[in-house]
Amino acid sequence: MALDPHPDTFSVEFLLNGRATCAENLPPHTTLLDFLRSRGLTGAKEGCAEGECGACTVVMVKDRRAGTAYVPVNSCLLFLPMAAGQEIYTVEALAGNGSLSEVQQAMVDYGGSQCGYCTPGFVMSLFAEQHRPGREGPCDPHSMAGNLCRCTGYRPIRDAARELGPAPEGAFRARLANPAPRLVPVSCPGFSRPGTLAECLALMAGHPEARLIAGGTDLVVEANLRQRRFPYLIGVEALEELRVFRASAEGIEIGAGLSFAEIDERWRAMAAAPPVPRAWDDWVPLFASPLIRNRATLGGNLATASPIGDGAPLLLALDARVRIAGPRGERMTPLDSFFLDYRRTALEPGELLVSILLPAPLPAAARFYKAAKRRMDDISTVAACFAIDLDDGGRVLRARLALGGVARVPLRAVEAEEAILGRRWNQDAVRRARDVLARTLHPIGDHRGSAAYRLALAGSLLEKFWWEQQEELAA
Amino acid sequence: MKIAGQPVPHESAHGHATGEALYTDDLAGRFPRLLHAWPVLAPHAHALVTALDAAPALAEPGVAATLTAADVPGEADSGANRHDEPLFPSEVMYHRQPVAWVLGETLEAAQRGAARVSVEWQPLPAVLTIADAIAAGSFHAGPLHLRRGDAAAAMKASPHRLQGELAIGGQEHFYLETQCAIAWLDESGGVVIESSTQHPSETQEVVGRVLGLPRHQVTVECLRMGGAFGGKEVQANPWAAIAALGAWKTRRPVRVRLPRALDMALTGKRHPFLARFEAGFDGEGRLQGAAIALYSDGGWSLDLSEPVMWRAMFHADNAYFLPAVEVAGTVCRTHKTSQTAFRGFGGPQGMLVIEEILDRVARTLSLAPELVRERNFYREGQTTHYGQPVKDAARIATIWRRLQASSGFRERRQEIARFNAAHPHCKRGIAITPVKFGISFTATFFNQAGALVLIYRDGSVQVNHGGTEMGQGLATKVRQIAAESLGLPLQALRMMPARTDKVPNTSATAASASTDLNGAAVADACRQLRARLAPIAGAMLGCPPEAVRFAGGEAFSEGDLVQRVPFAQVVEAAYRQRVALFAQGYYRTPGIHFDQKTGRGEPFHYFAYGAAVAEVEVDGFTGGHRVLRVDILHDVGESLSPLIDRGQVEGGFIQGLGWLTVEELLWDAEGRVATNSASTYKLPAWSELPEVFEVAFLEQAAEPGVICGSKAVGEPPLMLAIAAREAIREAIAAFGVGGVVALDSPATPERIFWAVERGARRAGFRRGRGAGGGSGPRVTLAEVNGLACERFVGSLGGVFEQSPWVAERAWWRRPFGDVDALHAAMRFQVAAATRAEQLALLRAHPDLGARAAMSATSAGEQAGAGLDRLTPDEFARLQRLNARYREKFTFPFILAVKGSTKHDILVALERRLENGVEEEFQEALLQVYRIARFRLEESVT
Repeated sequence: MALDPHPDTFSVEFLLNGRATCAENLPPHTTLLDFLRSRGLTGAKEGCAEGECGACTVVMVKDRRAGTAYVPVNSCLLFLPMAAGQEIYTVEALAGNGSLSEVQQAMVDYGGSQCGYCTPGFVMSLFAEQHRPGREGPCDPHSMAGNLCRCTGYRPIRDAARELGPAPEGAFRARLANPAPRLVPVSCPGFSRPGTLAECLALMAGHPEARLIAGGTDLVVEANLRQRRFPYLIGVEALEELRVFRASAEGIEIGAGLSFAEIDERWRAMAAAPPVPRAWDDWVPLFASPLIRNRATLGGNLATASPIGDGAPLLLALDARVRIAGPRGERMTPLDSFFLDYRRTALEPGELLVSILLPAPLPAAARFYKAAKRRMDDISTVAACFAIDLDDGGRVLRARLALGGVARVPLRAVEAEEAILGRRWNQDAVRRARDVLARTLHPIGDHRGSAAYRLALAGSLLEKFWWEQQEELAA
Repeated sequence: MKIAGQPVPHESAHGHATGEALYTDDLAGRFPRLLHAWPVLAPHAHALVTALDAAPALAEPGVAATLTAADVPGEADSGANRHDEPLFPSEVMYHRQPVAWVLGETLEAAQRGAARVSVEWQPLPAVLTIADAIAAGSFHAGPLHLRRGDAAAAMKASPHRLQGELAIGGQEHFYLETQCAIAWLDESGGVVIESSTQHPSETQEVVGRVLGLPRHQVTVECLRMGGAFGGKEVQANPWAAIAALGAWKTRRPVRVRLPRALDMALTGKRHPFLARFEAGFDGEGRLQGAAIALYSDGGWSLDLSEPVMWRAMFHADNAYFLPAVEVAGTVCRTHKTSQTAFRGFGGPQGMLVIEEILDRVARTLSLAPELVRERNFYREGQTTHYGQPVKDAARIATIWRRLQASSGFRERRQEIARFNAAHPHCKRGIAITPVKFGISFTATFFNQAGALVLIYRDGSVQVNHGGTEMGQGLATKVRQIAAESLGLPLQALRMMPARTDKVPNTSATAASASTDLNGAAVADACRQLRARLAPIAGAMLGCPPEAVRFAGGEAFSEGDLVQRVPFAQVVEAAYRQRVALFAQGYYRTPGIHFDQKTGRGEPFHYFAYGAAVAEVEVDGFTGGHRVLRVDILHDVGESLSPLIDRGQVEGGFIQGLGWLTVEELLWDAEGRVATNSASTYKLPAWSELPEVFEVAFLEQAAEPGVICGSKAVGEPPLMLAIAAREAIREAIAAFGVGGVVALDSPATPERIFWAVERGARRAGFRRGRGAGGGSGPRVTLAEVNGLACERFVGSLGGVFEQSPWVAERAWWRRPFGDVDALHAAMRFQVAAATRAEQLALLRAHPDLGARAAMSATSAGEQAGAGLDRLTPDEFARLQRLNARYREKFTFPFILAVKGSTKHDILVALERRLENGVEEEFQEALLQVYRIARFRLEESVT
């Protein structure tokens, strides 16, 4: 397919299927998927152009906690300049000398393909899973949860995944013995990837029209589906300042540029950090799909300020604060004053999110809930995170009732929190809080759910939280 | 070894897994100077185009041409039947309908050009719902009718009646590969179209019509499709026509590809339906008469809506004998996308309605739904409501029985009752539903197919036929058929993409019948070739032609294990003897006919049968659900390709599950598709795959008169998913106290949530709904709620005959909102009890008519029915029946006699003696529940 020649064309280099590749004379909103297909690599398909179906999955070589890894990502959600300096493999690279890779053979043998259109995407996700460093036991079929299949009903693909053993000897396994390429700064017309926070701030000051891009899981959708064009993009992927993860007496600090998958890995691997709270365990699998979690960042999720983003309710309930850098230096602000209005945040021009601090101690009891049409990988109708600390007498010492999908911004239901403060945490308290929620929330109705359902859910999820606590206590 | 019947992988599996298998758009890079097309879209659901000026688009850099009505050399219409789909409409009929197209050197240039086309609109009122269409009398077709007997009279004479309404949502096909066509001009000025179409011959017809060309100037090829499901049966045509028109005008190759959002906004979907129904039935749940009015939302053009409605009406019986029935079908005309074929083709909607009716019957009578379903099954010798004998009707009951046994249905029902009793906010449900699906195009003339088989001198073979591959495994099965017939290994046969210049005048690859039709046509061609080769081989082997066998790529004489000649040698010898090495095959389905005027005939060659058991869990706090386990027993005849068939059954089930649960198709008040992307319209994903998913095929089910004894499998399994919907309903019911559970489709979390709320409210459960609401406090009930356990048991321990344990176990569920809730709680405990406890409870009841050993309460109830005033004859009859009953069932006959006469009791006793042991056990428990209800009403006010 011919791609559009563009006045602001660029040239980027990356490793594609083991060979240095140069992409030139293309507009900066060209996606990696379109580029691959224009080069005759038509194994990756466009099914949705918004990271929902996974038919375009390719793998990138990345350093992960447990070692160098093949990380599956949606190639439709990468602007081509974001690929600069990366090492990328497509389905075409897998079969060698006419023989299928183990993953491909398993898909064939188990009847894992029908129409076959989604198959290369599944193959790439499963290939990454088979090579996942530190993997023990069979491949996890949920590693393919970002891939949709309309034909098979998934059972044969699940069985194919369960059948696979360790990654076979060979070039692909050998590649993982060496580190991933280091991301270097990039500058081309319409796109820059600065190497330090200071450079980034300077670029932002020089380009007031610029938008920041991290994983691209939101902005690229805007470009693909709504033909939004961004005059200038600044990629934050190479900013080490945004990739911190530290635990201290103060709490846990999470870099705004870490992907969800990285955050989860780091927290679990860090002995010094407080244990991962229950709400976090609830939250991770409910947040989008593995393909998205491999790219999306916490900073991006907060800065986009969607009222139905799933990051905010969790972080609000954990009393998160955000570290903001700008032309006048750094500042900290509580997350509950960060969201000003629909898709509007407290970030001033020239400022960016650096990290998120979860202050210690984390609440004793916190759960995250999400109601959506589909159980997994769907956008919330209502999301909620509730955190309750009780005193020795069983009275509510601290309550955080955070909700998404019930207003123009994600919010803490402060009035409802106050209604139960100091009270015994029993059904009466739940009822009091529900009454306040019913009175104070004014959700809208849309294709995800009616206003009445959203309102009912806000209270109902709180009751669910209470019931589950009682059941755990009883057990 | 036989090749047909082997579980071989998909014919293109290797290409799928490597990415080498090409789809239409993958060819784009092979066309230099390719132009990309983008439409100018209407911003109204209904409007007149009062002015259109495409010229400004040409000023945009990179724009090569525009397409408007003035460019059309032929007829600017792509409508399949009625020619009611103008390609460049002067009156737009749905939101975003294309009114002009722009061709650009790049897609982006075309998009920029389209934005510059100036159009003036005069908006008109739009009809956007079935209800609006009915009110406005806006119809495409109908009412169509199917009738048997006098439904009204039968309902009037029935002891019980019900009526209701069911709204059934549509479904987006969401084939992973969106609509796509690439057209170019061939060496002699004809046009060639690569199209992702299920019906190349019709695409050819439409392109010819638009360009004013005879069909021999138009060639359509479909390599393979990335899914279609009916969505490319007629709806591939307009995009191919635009590509062809663009190529015609510019003399350059033109590509039309709809990205997902456009595909969802512009193309038709499964028809939403509204059903209004009335039914009359007896006390055992047997339908006596039913009247069903179906309305479909056809959208803006007729499309396939009429045959879809016919199929819905044909399947309004599903697997059940309807002695007297009236089915009427009306296709509504609305200002929306033109709804079209989708796997099942109306059958799913028709079936859903009768399943809805039977579930309501069961819940009205407090009978187990599976019992009511079973009682209404077709029996051998019965005919459908359109007069077709139900061949192999006994299979329905056979499948039912075997599946119940293999899935442990009864035991799991009890486990679930125990689970539910212990989980006030989370309930499980299990259900079993059957499928009977008619195979054949209901338009009889479509039931024909052609094939062209070419043998080359090296013994390799190309197989052409009229069917297209969309993932369903047609190429795999046909290759097996041809390999079996010619005795060749699979790799010796190459399956060719469907092309209109190889096999002409083909039917759509649809109606599940493509293997039946195309497979038979290919087998016919192979038979001819074998017959020509046999004498050649016979001469080489020194045996008569009829003794020649072809297998394993060799020819040999039957019984001679030593002497063999390679197939290629036979072929080369045949060539040298001037024997034609190619053959055409043809097949038409015998014996089918249907008269739309009388509504009578035998439109189907045979029926495919199946049944599914589904178990689900519903979260009462959110209405969310999970499918825990699915068991399927399906009739595929003699499976031609078990790996393919299992894939069709599983994939069909999950797609049906999507239609009935997660996939909610919505339009907004302006008539826009509100769920027009993968982020707003959700397909089943990994979370919808049940952890346990057992699929088995009915054994010894070979279908005579069909290729290799196999049965069609594409569509029927989709409707197995109705079991999941019914299981959800069963779980919802467990939150309440019984009665009809109204639930429109799809069963989204929100619909389930409100259904649970309604049930809970009826039951009077307190769900902590905040201040206000709920029934007022009742004094005595409040006392009951306040009792300590021992005193609670003391006052209610006798509600279940001599079984205080029931009250004891129900105590923890206090407080009870009303007597219903109290009754439900106690009933749950009985249902959750062990079989031994249940039996002890039944045995604790006194013998009817026996005066001794009666509890005070029971004696009073029985006196009320006049059992103390029996004549000697009646007394003797009662004693005789009662003794037989005890002997057969080992527990006493129990009947909630309040309100019954002694005559009623004797009749019931006689009737129930006919029950099976398990059936009667459940019946007896239901009677015990009723007795408990009477007792509660008397003791608690």
